[in-house]
Order: sequence, then structure tokens, then C-alpha cells
Amino acid sequence: MAETSQLIQYIESFVDSSRSPSQQAASLDAIASLLKNNQLTVETLVREMEGYLTTADNIIRARGILLLGEVLMHLASKPLDDAAIHSLIQFFTDRLADWRALRGALVGCSALLRRKSSGGIVSETDAKAVAESYLQNLQVQSLGKYDRKLCFELLQCLLERYPKAVASLGDNLIYGICEAVDGEKDPHCLMLIFHIIEILPQLFPDPLGPFTSFAHDLFENLSYYFPIHFTHPKGEDLNIKRDDLARALMLAFSSTPLFEPFAIPLLLEKLSSSLPSAKVDSLRYLSDCTVKYGADRMAKHGEALWSSLKDAVFTSLDSVLSFTPETLEGLCLPENEIAAEALSLLQKLIVQNTNLFLDLIVVDEDINMIFNMISSYKSYHGIPAQSKQRLHAVVCILSTSVKASTASCNRVFECFFSRLMDILGLCVRNSSGNLSPDDSIMIPERYNHGALYLSIELLSACRDLIASSETIIAASARTEETWSYLLQSFLPSLTKAFCSASICTSEDSHDADMYFGVKGLLILATFPEGYLLISKPVFEKILTTFVSIVTVDYSNTLLWKLALKALVQIGSFIEKCHESEKEPSYLGLVVEKIVSLSSLGDFSIPFPLRLEALSEIGTSGKSYMLKVVEGLEEAIYANLSEVYVHGSSNSAEIVTQVLKCYSDKVIPWIHCANGFEEVPLQFAIHIWNQIENSMVFNATQTNKIEVLDAMMKAMKLAVASCSQENQNIIAQKSYHILSSSTSFPLKELFQQESFQIVQVDNSSSRDEWILSLFAAVVIAVHPETYVPNIKPLLYLFMTTLLKGNVAAAQALGSVVNKLGLKSAGVQTDCTLEEVMDIILNLSLWIFQSNSSSDIEAKMASAHDISLINLCSSIGSCTSLQIHAIVGLAWIGKGLLMRGHEKVKDITMIFLQCLQPNGRAEILHQEEGISENNNELDLHHSVMKRAADAFQILMGDSEVCLNRGFHAVIRPLYKQRFFSTMMPILQSLIMKSEPLSRSLLLRASAHIIIDTPLIVVLSDAKKIIPMVLDGLSALSNDILDKDVIYGLLLVLSGILMDKNGQDAVSDSAHTITNRLIELIQYPHMMLVRETAIQCLVAVSGLSHARIYPMRTQVLRAIAKALDDPKRAVRQEAVRCRQAWASIASRSLHI
Amino acid sequence: MTLGLINANPVVHAKKERVARSEDPHGEDAVDPLEIYDFVRDIRDPEHPYSLEQLSVLSEESVTVDEKLGRILITFTPTIQHCSMATVIGLCLRVKLKECFPPHFKVDIKVAPGSHADEESVNKQLNDKERVAAALENPNLRQLVDECLYSNEL
Repeated sequence: MAETSQLIQYIESFVDSSRSPSQQAASLDAIASLLKNNQLTVETLVREMEGYLTTADNIIRARGILLLGEVLMHLASKPLDDAAIHSLIQFFTDRLADWRALRGALVGCSALLRRKSSGGIVSETDAKAVAESYLQNLQVQSLGKYDRKLCFELLQCLLERYPKAVASLGDNLIYGICEAVDGEKDPHCLMLIFHIIEILPQLFPDPLGPFTSFAHDLFENLSYYFPIHFTHPKGEDLNIKRDDLARALMLAFSSTPLFEPFAIPLLLEKLSSSLPSAKVDSLRYLSDCTVKYGADRMAKHGEALWSSLKDAVFTSLDSVLSFTPETLEGLCLPENEIAAEALSLLQKLIVQNTNLFLDLIVVDEDINMIFNMISSYKSYHGIPAQSKQRLHAVVCILSTSVKASTASCNRVFECFFSRLMDILGLCVRNSSGNLSPDDSIMIPERYNHGALYLSIELLSACRDLIASSETIIAASARTEETWSYLLQSFLPSLTKAFCSASICTSEDSHDADMYFGVKGLLILATFPEGYLLISKPVFEKILTTFVSIVTVDYSNTLLWKLALKALVQIGSFIEKCHESEKEPSYLGLVVEKIVSLSSLGDFSIPFPLRLEALSEIGTSGKSYMLKVVEGLEEAIYANLSEVYVHGSSNSAEIVTQVLKCYSDKVIPWIHCANGFEEVPLQFAIHIWNQIENSMVFNATQTNKIEVLDAMMKAMKLAVASCSQENQNIIAQKSYHILSSSTSFPLKELFQQESFQIVQVDNSSSRDEWILSLFAAVVIAVHPETYVPNIKPLLYLFMTTLLKGNVAAAQALGSVVNKLGLKSAGVQTDCTLEEVMDIILNLSLWIFQSNSSSDIEAKMASAHDISLINLCSSIGSCTSLQIHAIVGLAWIGKGLLMRGHEKVKDITMIFLQCLQPNGRAEILHQEEGISENNNELDLHHSVMKRAADAFQILMGDSEVCLNRGFHAVIRPLYKQRFFSTMMPILQSLIMKSEPLSRSLLLRASAHIIIDTPLIVVLSDAKKIIPMVLDGLSALSNDILDKDVIYGLLLVLSGILMDKNGQDAVSDSAHTITNRLIELIQYPHMMLVRETAIQCLVAVSGLSHARIYPMRTQVLRAIAKALDDPKRAVRQEAVRCRQAWASIASRSLHI
Repeated sequence: MTLGLINANPVVHAKKERVARSEDPHGEDAVDPLEIYDFVRDIRDPEHPYSLEQLSVLSEESVTVDEKLGRILITFTPTIQHCSMATVIGLCLRVKLKECFPPHFKVDIKVAPGSHADEESVNKQLNDKERVAAALENPNLRQLVDECLYSNEL
């Protein structure tokens, strides 16, 4: 039969050890699939393989058995009858004795024992037989690593799937396991062993059973591994980490209470070790064991545990408290892993056995000593560092105890709280909780800091305890709690103490005073509402204290910040916990008071601080933010009208700040929160209404620009965060105002054919404001938003941009970027093509008369433009030309980003400007030689601006045409522009004269700098000469330092990349020379530093290329060692070493 | 011939954290002791795989500098009184400083007063130009110095 011969071939190829592993695996898969598809039965397979399974040749027999085992692995869910399974498992059980062919037997046993129950499984008796044979025949530790792993897997499988069968083996089994695991070191095997020992005790639940007598031996085996010391080299691809092993061992440790007599002493001993990881591990293990071993067993070790824990906490904590506003919530100590673990263990112990541990804590010598110690130091800063550390430890221990349970909380308060109050000098008052109309409470000059600190932390722990307890205990039960009673009785004096500590203004008052005072009040104020600890008057008193600090004590920065932060936290606490009773007080006392700051006329508190307070309070909750927004907007409107009507510079300053705050803090927050869509809309509309109604307009020139900038920014952000419908409303509104209440001749502009600049010169400054604001709206809208009457707007924007209004240029760029998007399907007045024709045909942009240059010829034929020489029509107005170029650059950017082809025409115009040949001739003809020089000079600045236009084209802008302002951005547009422009620029540079050459290099530098590095890298070979020429052409002018730096960064990017290095290897010499020149670059430290870093990278190029330059570089670097800047000197040392070590280490040049 | 280590069991101290300098964008950064210390603190001890900082041979206070006169003075403390490695350490310091600072700085290297049995002769040897040059031409010594300066063992 063909199949049989095929099968034999497969078997042969698996058994033959000379075949490659992939061939063997393929034949194994083939056999398995035959079996799965029922083309072959297991019986036939076994019969065919008989020779291989029984041969006396060890190698063939081993391979044969392995084949059978592996095949069975593939058949885990295929149904097999019981007889077949029985005979197979019997076969493999026997084979366990055959140490030469062991692996196959192990695989086979595992495969059979792991079968899914649906396909027939091994019987209990057979499983027991496997276990017996295992224990009798296998010497696990004498096997290889992989076989050991298989052995342990088999054992684990037996324990998990046939617990009863193997448990009947009793002592034998446990003894066997002890023997098998003894001395194992491989991490994979250890993971298995730890798991085996973890599940073993479950087999022998009887406390008098065989496990008890072996517990010590087993634990002995485990204890060698603690603490896990993992030294496997990183190169080995282990997917086991130290933490996995440590965790598995922990579960094994805590698997049975029978380990307790051995485990706890061991863990306590290791806890005293000096190795931090051992400490952390011991504490974690102890936590786990505590829970699993139970209270009775742990009680025996109570004292030992407590003293070790105490030591761990005392020695691990830091001695520095930070009094920053950020630490007001939570403990003001840096995190420490050991301490954290120790405290979590302590909490578990206290929960388990409250009485025992609290007895220990209460009578503890060290804690009592700390209490004695704090009473002898008045000021926190007077306490020596070591005692501070101990004080923190006590604080941590006590607050952990308080947090553990209500009972422990009571106990701690009972024992320590009154003592603290004594130290503070506070006395019990009436227990009503009211703030007595007092002053009868004696207030000491200065409170004891240590005691304040301790009592604050106790209070905070107590608050956390009740906040975390899910079930709020009934009110009657509450008052019976000791802590509650104690707190009630001391509350008035305590509140008083905190108040006076926080507002203490004496000469020697310290940050600790304020910090403790504010924190104490904050904690009192944030006690959950269900607990009537804090009555309304007290709560309000606390709020007033904070508010008065915020409004009056602004000169004390720390206190001011603390109080503000505390207010914010109280606000978010009320918002989060729905404290309905406290909310009105908060709104009335805090929010309104703070909001009123925004409009207050007097200058008692600096304006930036007021704004900070406002925006901070706003972020604590939605309802507060609404109030804050109202307040801010009122301030904006009021001050703006001042600016409009009286031109008051004072109001202008204020409104600028408020607007900045509005755009920096409020709008981003609104953007994240839901349900505030109306706010930006209302804001924008209001601003428009206001400017519409202000017929008198006296904004003076000086402060105008700042206000307008801030207004435009706020307007842009507000519009951008509106939905599309709302944007439509704003756009309509603003267009209406623009067309109706300004002197811009929109209608006429629309109709006129020719274009004259003089027409718009009579616009007032109010018109300019309106236009700029309108530009801001246009910049920020969605592509789908409808902007009315595009055409006249185009004319308007273009005339204004010629007057130097950049916002108009940016708006034009945004218009061409977003107009007529196909997907949007919005009605528009005209298509993008029409718009572009209008723009280009206005021929503002043609700076030269008809010349024979190639590009221009192309331009002319493409668009049939009537070439008007702007220069001759409006005189030699360079600034006009510059404005035109800037405007054109923004339009080009808009086109470039959406990937429109017309951008090519615009770049051609720029390129034309960079080539002076035609123009110079004209000048020569028209004007005298004396004026010629002057003209050329002016012209140069225009050319320079044309080169810089490429920076606008390629650079990312924050003010417009970005994602935030909904620009249409085509993927990879920079790459595309780069690859079209570079060849053109390259050929132009080749044939150009010096003046235009440097400008062309400048233009290409801008493009290279803003292109993603990965694209530049792919073209590195061609780009490098341009980069180098650019570096030398631009290195003379101080104004070009940023361009130089950008180019250097590109160069260093190329040098750092593997492919880049290959590409530039040929020009190593030129690169080095250029870099050596830049080492002395006087204008910018970063350039020098980066140049040296590049030189270090050059030293990694091929030896033959760089060796000749060695002396030259070393000489240049020696000079850099004397650089005025430290960073440069340090890089120079690195570079010098890199180059010196190329040949030898000797530095003698 | 194995003489064993001169100081078999030195006291190892913790490394101090490096201070990140706040850069002043304008103005010049004068050479200060910390800058010099940052260059020399990681030189490895000739005997042990620890840095001079870890062995407390050097500290920031042991460096003084006068930028106007162009003088650097380093005073180091050998771990034990009879340390024959003191000259090697001094040599390492000198080579390192020569690499890191322009030649116009005059470098003086001394052992701390009272820290070495043969203080005077060690100081003389360390500041003798010709003996330093001669030492650096000795290939064995040169190799030892290079190992200390460029070692990756730390």
C-alpha cells in the first residue's frame, strides 16, 4: 500500500538522526495529520513502528519512542479507546526504566496523562503505576536540563490531574519529590518545583498524615533558594524573570501552615540582612504567610515580628519632609519600597490580631521615646536628622495602625491622641463642636511642630479610614466610637490651633508652621459628610481662613500656594463625593469671592496671581468652572470696552493677561470636559457684538498690538473648539460685521476688474481690528464650515497683506487650504481653481519683466499672465515686495499641505526671485549707476526673504495651518516637496553665480532642515554637498545661526545612522574640514557643541578615510578644550579621546 | 612572585550623584573644582575595580583651581600610609588632566599632608616633569595608567 510505504518514509526520516530538525518536524506533522484525519490508526502506527520501538540500537529506539510520544502529544483530543490508552501507558511506564530512551517515555507519559477527558483518559490505577515507576526508576538530578524539565512537568501533571492516585503513595511520594528537587538550579525547572511544592500539601490535608513528618525536609529544600539571587546573564533568552521566581517561591512558602515553624524564623532572619531586595522579599513573603498561616500561628511570633518591622521602618525612611503644595494630599514623604512593604505587612498583622499588636505598639519604648523627644523640641527644624527619621517612622506606623480597622483606630486615639493634645497645650472644650465665641481658648505662641505633625497624620489616616469604609455606620453608633468622641472634644481648640499656625505671621515663622496649619485645616474640611464632626460654621471658618490668605497674603508665596491648593482640593472633594451640604458654602464663600477678584479695581493683589487663583479654582469642578468663566469673561468685556473707548493702557494690560489665561487654561480645560460647547460660542459672539457696537474706537497704537494678538489667539482657540454648526454661526456673524460696519469696499472689490492698492488706504484702525479678528476666525474654522463671499474676501485679504498684515496672509493660506474639499460637499461661492486664478492673475507676485529664463517662460505659457512689473508700477517699494512674498509663502503653505499642484507655480516665483540676472539688467538700464548700488542692496533683502519663504512653506506653524485649527494635511507632503524641489535646486546651484548661489543654498537649507530625517537619509549622498556648502555659505552672518544649527542637526543625524555613514564616507574629508571650522563658531554654543559631537561620529567612519585627518582634528580640538562654555569643553574631551584612540592611545601629536 | 594586594580590603563608599548643572545660556562658564572633579572621579583604582571616588581617594574638596593664573591643584589621599600605588594614582591624574585641559593650565598633584609615609618624595616625584615623561615611556606603566583611565569595569 502506498500509504504504508509513505508512512515508513516518514518514520525513517524522523528516526534518522542525520536529517535536519526541520525535516524531522515535518515528518512528525505529517504522521500526526494522517492520524487526525483517520487515515491511519494508532494500532497500525504502533505495529509499523514495532521494530523501531524494540530494537537493541539505543539511538534508534530512543528516536522511535520519542516519535510515538510526540505523535501522542498532537492527539490530545482525538478519541482513543480505553484498551489502546491502557496498553500505551503501560508501554511508556515500562520504558521509564530504560534510561537510554528516557525522553520519549517522558513525553509519552505526559501526553497520555494530559489527554482531554472527552477522548478517553488514563485510569487511576495506570496513573498510580506511572508514579510508582517514576519514583522507582528516575534519578532526576542526574539527567540533563531538558529531561529534568520534562520530569518535573510529568510530576506536576500527576499531582494536578490524579491527586488521589498519587496521594495513596504516601511517604514514598514525598520522599521521592524531596530527592528529585534537591539541588536544582535551572530557573525553568525551579518554577516547576516551586509549583509542585505549592500543590503538594493539598494532597495530604490530614494534619497527622505523612506530610507533617516531611515538612521540615521539604522546607529545607525550599529555604536554600531564599532570597532569590538571579544571576543569569542577560544574553540568554529566558522568559523567566527574577520576580516570577520570587513569586512562585512565595506561594510555595505559604502553601501550608505546617511550614510556619521553619519559615517565619528564616524570613525574620533575612529581614535583618543588609541587602535591600532581600528585605523587600522577606516582607512580601511575611505578608503572604500572615494571611495564609492564620492568626494563631502568627501570634507566636508577634514580638519578633514587631521588632523586626519596627527596625525596617525606622531605618528605611528618609529624614527629609518636603513642604511643597504638591504633597498636601497624602504623606509628605518620598516613596520607599521597603517601608511600604513593611507597613502593608503591619496593616495585615493588625487586621488579623488587633489586640496583640496594638499592645505591642502602645508599650513600645521607641515610640514613647519619640513622644518624649518631640515635646522637647518646639520647631520641626530644630529636631536632629536622626530623630526626624524616627519621627517619620512613628508617624507611618501609627497612621497605618489607624487605617487598619475601627478598633485599632480607637485604640490609637485613646492612647496617643490626648497625649498629643497635652503636648500641644490644647484643652477639652464643650463637645458640641461649635466654635465657641471664644478667644477664651488659650493659644500658645507657637505650637509644637512634632505634635502638630503627628496629630495631622493621625487625623488624615482616620479620615481615610472612614472614607474607605463602604458601609457608613449609623450615626448613633458613630458617636460611641472613642476616636469620634475624642476628636469632638478637641475639635474647637484644634481648629483654632491650625488656623493660628497657618496665619502665623511672626518674624520667625517657618514653612513648617504654614504647611502643618494648612494641611490640618484641609484634613478637617475634607472629613466625609456623614460624620458630623465638622459643623457648618467650622467648615465655613476654614474656608474663610483660606480665602483670606489667598486674597491678602499673596506676598508669602508658599503659604499662598498652599492655601490655594487646599481650596482646590476641598472643591474637588466636594465635587467628587457629592457633598450637597458643603457645596453652597463653598460656592458662596470661595468661588464667588475668588471670581470677584477678576473684576476688582484695586491693585491689592497682583493680577497674574488672581488669574492663577481663578483658573486653579475653576479646575476643581465643572460648576465652579462655569462661575470662573463668567467672571473671566466679564473682566474681558469690561476691560475691552475701556480699551475701545478710552484707549486705556492699564485696561489693555489687564485684558491681555486675562485673555492669555483664558486661552491657556480655560479653553483647553473646556475642550477636555463635556457639556461646555456653548461657552466658546458665546465668548466669540460676545466679542463680535462688542466690537460692532463700539463706534468710538480709541485703541492707541502702543498697547494695541499685544491686546490684538491675545484676542486673536483666544478667538482662534475658541472658534477651533466649537462644533461645525457653531462655527457657521460665528462665521456668518463676523462676516456680517465685517461687511456692514467697516469702510472696506467689499462690494466694489467684488466687481472691479483691475486691482489697485491705493483703494484701501483709508481704513481706520478699528477696521483693521475687525479684519484681523475675522482672519482669526477664518484660520480656525473646519474645512466644512461655510465662509460667505470668498471672492471679495480674497481681494480684501490680499490688499491688507500687502500692508504687512501677516494674519491676513495666514487667513488666505487657510482659505486655499480648506476650500472646496471634495468630501465635504459644502456649497461654496467659487472653486479652488478660480481662487487660485484670481490670486495668481493679480500679478502682484511677478517681480521681473519678461525675460528669457526658462522658468518664467514656463510660467507665462501656463497661465498667460499679463506681466506687470510691480517694481515699476509702485516704485521701488521693497517693503511691499517683502510683504507680497510673505503672503505668497503662506498661500503656498496652504496649497502644499493639501497637496495641490499649484504650489509649484508659487515656488517657481520664489526661485525666480532668487536669480538676479534679469532684474539687475533692468535696474541698470532704468536708473543711474549711483543709485544702482542702493537698489541692489534693497533687492537683496527681498531675495533673502524669498529664500526664507521656504521656511514658511516647510515649517510647522503654531498660529495657523495645523491640526488644532483643522488644516487639511496630506500625508507625506513634506517628503513629496523635498523630492521635487531638491533636484531643481541642485541644478540651479550648479550654474548660478555667487550671490544667488548663497540664497539658493539658504532656500535648500530650509527645506532640508524641515524634512523628516529618514527621507534625507535615503538621499544622503546627494544632499551632503548641499548641506556642507550651506554650512560654509551661511556661517558668516550671526542672524543665520539657527539655520546653521538646523543643518548641523541634519548632518549629525546622517552621521549617526548606519546607512548615512556609508553614504557620506567618501566626503569624510570635506565634512571634517567644515566641522573643524564650526568648532570656533562664535555666535552659538549649541553649534560648537554639535559640531564636536559630529566629529566624534566621524571618528566612527572607516579607518582608511579618517586616519589622514587625525592630526588636524586633534589640533583643532585642543583649542576647543579652552572653550568658554563647559558643555563644549566636555564634548571636546570626549572627541579628543575618540580621535586619539584611532591609532594609539598616545596623545602626543 | 605574588606579593598580594597592598591594601587587600579597602573601605568602599557610595558614589555621589552627579549634579546636573543649570546652564546659563549667556556668559562664560569658568573652570571650577566640580568640573575637574567630574573628569577625575571615575578613574579606576590601580588595584581594585572601584573608582577613586568610591575609595575616597578624591573628593570635590580636594580640587582647587585658579582660572586667572591657570593653576590646578589636586590633593589626593591614598587609602593606606604605605601605598606604593600613590605614584601611579598621581600619574593617572596627571595624564587625565593633560587630556582634558588646554596646555596653559599648570597642574600640581600632591598627596594630602600626613596621608602617606613618604609624602615628600612622592610629591617631588609627581611634579617632576622629566620623571613623569620617563614614566610614561615605560610601556608597562603606560599600560597600567591607560587601564585605569579607560577601564570599563566600574
